[in-house]
Amino acid sequence: MTARIGVITFPGSLDDGDAQRAIRLAGAEPVALWHGSHDLEGVDALVLPGGFSYGDYLRAGAIAALAPIMAEVKDAAAAGMPILGICNGFQMLVEAHLLPGGLIRNAHQQFIRRDQRLRVENASTAWTSQFEVGQEITIPLKNADGGYICSAETLARIEGEGLVAFRYVGVNPNGSLDDIAGLTNPRGNVVGLMPHPEHAVEPGFGPDTAAAMRSGVDGLAFFTSAVAAVVGAAA
Amino acid sequence: MPTIVVDVMPKAELLDPQGKAVAGALARLGVDGFSGVRIGKRFELTVERADDATLETVKKLADEILSNAVIEDVVGIEVVE
Repeated sequence: MTARIGVITFPGSLDDGDAQRAIRLAGAEPVALWHGSHDLEGVDALVLPGGFSYGDYLRAGAIAALAPIMAEVKDAAAAGMPILGICNGFQMLVEAHLLPGGLIRNAHQQFIRRDQRLRVENASTAWTSQFEVGQEITIPLKNADGGYICSAETLARIEGEGLVAFRYVGVNPNGSLDDIAGLTNPRGNVVGLMPHPEHAVEPGFGPDTAAAMRSGVDGLAFFTSAVAAVVGAAA
Repeated sequence: MPTIVVDVMPKAELLDPQGKAVAGALARLGVDGFSGVRIGKRFELTVERADDATLETVKKLADEILSNAVIEDVVGIEVVE
């Protein structure tokens, strides 16, 4: 079977096209979905893409989290469908309470764009199974509201239960608690992170590596992991 | 028509990067006597009637949509005629 992975476009989404391309490069079929619809069109997995939905009005991701299609997204999350939130999509997932905590303005107040090193902390999720725990990867980061915060009790719980999926390495670019770059839910089907795996999937268009300029493709394994999860579930 | 004002502030224990930047600007200007600045949001909701039922609805909206309890506190809800 070919996995069908939906990418939901919201008003102000920017990286929906790149997410669709990453899905195609991972060997799956991208399906364009619309925020105002109640139809997930039978997809096997979902990506909530980056951007500035609703201009980040109210709070980043807050209005998108109330979009019509989010009712179906919540049902799909509860049913175990692999769902990845990237940057603004991660902000939507926390605003929709599908992941704990919140994201606030970067501690230094600046928008930041850099090729960011991350350490994979949990390789048992639907989006990280093709990584090894402790593996270091580099993918682009670009955001204004990327500071991860939560209460002390929540932090103790997510650290204790191994729900931190990715941590910043070298530089904490936004003041996130415990260098947290991304989280998973306990079931491992819902994952969110601030950096952008979909921008590191094709040689010539990714981050620089020691081998060659723009040759980094560390983001591709997110999508091939989801394909493996979907195909494995169907087998 | 009456207006219901909802004030939302970032939680006191959390860093408020915007307030910190303004405090830094004040210090650079040589304005002294201000040891801190915090920046929040004010919502003005125009309603037909500011009765108990409406206020109850506003309280729910303030907690669930206008603010995010993880990062913010609703610090005031008041009716302004």
